[in-house]
Amino acid sequence: MRILLLLPFIGLLLTPLYNMEDPKLFGFPFFYWYQFAWVPLTSLLIWIVYKHEQKNGEE
Amino acid sequence: MDTSHINWTALSVFIFFFVLVTVMGFWASRWQGGGTNKGGGDLHEWGLGGRSFGTWITWFLVGGDFYTAYTVIAVPALVYAVGAYGFFALPYTIVVYPIVFMIMPKLWKASHAAGHVTAADVVYGRYGSRSLEFAVALTGVVATMPYIALQLVGMEVVIKALGLTGELPLAAAFIVLALYTYSAGLRAPALIAFVKDLMIYIVVLVAVVLVPMKLGGYSAVFSAAGDAFAAKGGNTGLTLKPAQLLPYASLALGSALAAFMYPHTLTGIFAAKSADTIRKNAVFLPAYTILLGLIALLGFMAYAAHLKVATNNDVVPALFNALFPSWFAGFAFSAIAIGALVPAAVMSIGAANLFTRNFWKPYVNSNVTPEGEAKVAKMVSLVVKVGALVFILFLPTKFALDLQLLGGVWILQTFPAVVFGLFFNWYRAPGLLAGWAAGLISGSWLALADGIKPVHTYIIGDSSYTLYTGLVALAVNIVIATIVQLATGVKSSEPAKAR
Repeated sequence: MRILLLLPFIGLLLTPLYNMEDPKLFGFPFFYWYQFAWVPLTSLLIWIVYKHEQKNGEE
Repeated sequence: MDTSHINWTALSVFIFFFVLVTVMGFWASRWQGGGTNKGGGDLHEWGLGGRSFGTWITWFLVGGDFYTAYTVIAVPALVYAVGAYGFFALPYTIVVYPIVFMIMPKLWKASHAAGHVTAADVVYGRYGSRSLEFAVALTGVVATMPYIALQLVGMEVVIKALGLTGELPLAAAFIVLALYTYSAGLRAPALIAFVKDLMIYIVVLVAVVLVPMKLGGYSAVFSAAGDAFAAKGGNTGLTLKPAQLLPYASLALGSALAAFMYPHTLTGIFAAKSADTIRKNAVFLPAYTILLGLIALLGFMAYAAHLKVATNNDVVPALFNALFPSWFAGFAFSAIAIGALVPAAVMSIGAANLFTRNFWKPYVNSNVTPEGEAKVAKMVSLVVKVGALVFILFLPTKFALDLQLLGGVWILQTFPAVVFGLFFNWYRAPGLLAGWAAGLISGSWLALADGIKPVHTYIIGDSSYTLYTGLVALAVNIVIATIVQLATGVKSSEPAKAR
């Protein structure tokens, strides 16, 4: 499960993935809304790992 | 003092909130004290708030302490100056949370089990090396001092925007802060953080809704900024230049690894009630990152509002002064100024804890009682704050900025010593100490060679790669630590102490 926590690093540190202006969303260039989108996504991923570890009684 | 430029409405609002948090700061010593805080208490009480902070308090405290007032001024200023590149604060404050989730509950457990107060305590507890403890503590204190000074820069900017001149208001605000931190310890910034964070949330949400409405929507904001960057040229723009792709990513990663090595962020971690409190906070703290991203956009809004500023740091106050009634501008400036008080208080407490536990106790008075520790730490927190004030009043601001940048490179070099032992038991003190020294020297040398820049360009064959110096120094650090460890042998050195 902890492997999920690698996704934000991949999504955000590979800058060429998102270094573009289009498609725009609500007037925001892609570069900006893509990075904003990673905030709730990262919270969600950490929450999934947290719940999983809690259920399995890992430390 | 020339009083003709003073914005009296804004100033009155500002003074109201300042008095409010001052009263709260002094009252805080009675808050959440339970039965344990009678008669002054020990360092766990003063320096860690009795280790009693649950999920909510920790959320406000760490949020208020990690996202500093200086950030609110400096991030939009950088975005205003260069565009997309200044936005690295966003990926930085996202990837930091998986790191916090993985590392900090373990560090909390190590500290809680043995009653440690600082990261250097944890390091001494594991490796039994006074030299390594000293290295970690010294790096923490040195890296924190310029950081406190920068909080003062944040306050200075908004005090100036209110129309006040001279150094007296800044000195007065800081002395009040020093006094209530002295009396209430970590409980003061924890309580004030509630007010500060709510105020900042209100200010930012109002700004990101109303400002674009006044300026013709986000499309207009981005296109005004895009036009301005096109005219300005150079390494600016709404997206990264090819040469900025690697520096952007390496700055984000390096800053994220360094972020929770600082004494002020670690103090927030150690003060938590349980490891679970920290895990939950890793889930919920990113809410502040949204806020930071929105604050960064204020830098673009300045173009749409056709602002002209003397220095980039004036962007945020100028925007509020231009677009909002004075009472709301005053509210926003109070939020930023109070936003400086919380981290400044926690930073001085973190530095004082290090001084007391890792310098005073081992080298000056090894028989110091827990109450005696608290007395020393309180005095040190005063000295640290007065030091920061003198620093800002008498030395050029650029000096604080440069030192803060170097401090980031340095604090990252404590990462292997503080973190590696939590996960595997292979490195010993000599290797980690050698790695720390190698990282410190190589990082400082690279930064100084470029005239104190955060990134350095390496030419390999025909290609050039630009990376964050702190991250390169960390790589040197780990390689040297590994070589020394292999050379000295695992068995020949003293085994790690029990957990």
